Amino acid sequence: MLLQADSTRESTAGAAERAAGEIDAGDVDIVYFSSTSGNTQRFVEKLGRPAARIPLYAKDAPLVARKPFVLVVPTYGGGDLGPAVPRQVIRFLNDKRNRSLIRGVIGAGNTNFGVAFCLAGDIIAQKCGVPHLYRFEVFGTPDDVAAVHEGLEEFWKQQP
Amino acid sequence: MIDKLKLVSHVDAINWNKIEDEKDVEVWNRLVNNFWLPEKIPLSNDVQSWNQLTPVEQQLTMRVFTGLTLLDTIQGTVGAVSLIPDAITPHEEAVYTNIAFMESVHAKSYSSIFSTLASTKEIDEAFRWSTENVNLQKKASIVMDYYQGDDPLKRKVASVLLESFLFYSGFYLPMYFSSRARLTNTADLIRLIIRDEAVHGYYIGYKFQKGLEGATQERRDEIKDYTFNLMYELYENEVQYTQDLYDEVGLTEDVKKFLHYNANKALMNLGYEAMFPKSVTDVNPAILSALSPNADENHDFFSGSGSSYVIGKAVNTEDDDWDF
Repeated sequence: MLLQADSTRESTAGAAERAAGEIDAGDVDIVYFSSTSGNTQRFVEKLGRPAARIPLYAKDAPLVARKPFVLVVPTYGGGDLGPAVPRQVIRFLNDKRNRSLIRGVIGAGNTNFGVAFCLAGDIIAQKCGVPHLYRFEVFGTPDDVAAVHEGLEEFWKQQP
Repeated sequence: MIDKLKLVSHVDAINWNKIEDEKDVEVWNRLVNNFWLPEKIPLSNDVQSWNQLTPVEQQLTMRVFTGLTLLDTIQGTVGAVSLIPDAITPHEEAVYTNIAFMESVHAKSYSSIFSTLASTKEIDEAFRWSTENVNLQKKASIVMDYYQGDDPLKRKVASVLLESFLFYSGFYLPMYFSSRARLTNTADLIRLIIRDEAVHGYYIGYKFQKGLEGATQERRDEIKDYTFNLMYELYENEVQYTQDLYDEVGLTEDVKKFLHYNANKALMNLGYEAMFPKSVTDVNPAILSALSPNADENHDFFSGSGSSYVIGKAVNTEDDDWDF
């Protein structure tokens, strides 16, 4: 898919193949997943911060983070119907190197999904013991972008 | 109906083992997993609660629900069906047939609510109101006109604005009652409808954006102007419709915030930036949490509201490899 091909454009500037079959996330403090609809990608682009995208397909080389990061993740499914966390994100977090660098989660979703609204963010926050920093809908309003942009500036200042 | 239904001119056997757009499969699965019927909801448990509403509240409820019935009927019988000939993949056609059927389920579920709670006289009265209310009829005719037009992208815009915006003056009321522990089973049913409409709006909006890919700048400008003009036209009418319904119970201003909030989401489903600033989309938190218990502001860590280090409820993912 085209979207995927140029998805890591921002991060590939400083990224290189770290080891055979792996993609180095490079000098970024945001890692995100976005399906072919590209809503989460669009939110991340609006933040204007260096970011790396988790690959869409199982055949793609896995992404490996190098620096502490905040994960931006949409919720899949809806409530009781199977995993809310996209399988690509599970694959990414199953790598200990990545898990040890996650510092927070930002959830994407839609309040119309009721209890499933940003559920993936809740699950990851709980499993990784990090805060669920913010929730936005679809690709975020300009107000959401401003709040997260400022919030992240502060958040990284406070990190040890 | 005088107009002859436009049909797809050629059909090949649909092969679900050869997928052109993964989104079709993802959304089909989601819709199938979300399938429900009104008979599964114990609506009769709301009878006592219904009897505690004032006559004005009861009449308002009946009117709101006939208004929603009309929109679901349009979407089931005309809207979703009109999208089929424009589909790019055979799987997209199949998804629209699912959407069309589900809209008919929604329309029927209001009748389940009516027959559980109200008398035949009240039901007939509410349906008569729905044919006579100027603003309700106007919104129906605006949307119907675009469905019968000859521009596939404009049809999708009309469809998304219906799915993601026009329903919400109505959806407000059961969420409001639910936040006060009234008609809670009815609210559960409405939440299922809301969940479905969200998937519909998302999917049709996605297909709209696909259709816009590769269009000339001139065409993009035309479609964007059209979208915002239609939004303004529908919004103006929606405000009047809201006043008609809610002035008597003093909720109009609260409903309007909910309209703005949903108008933004409808535009975003189409790929456009939100139009209303947060100063007019500050939906009553009780309504938001009736919609989604996760939606209240305490979840904004950045706003520094103290108790915001909120970690989700224990939820077990089924995946074996989610094993830290």
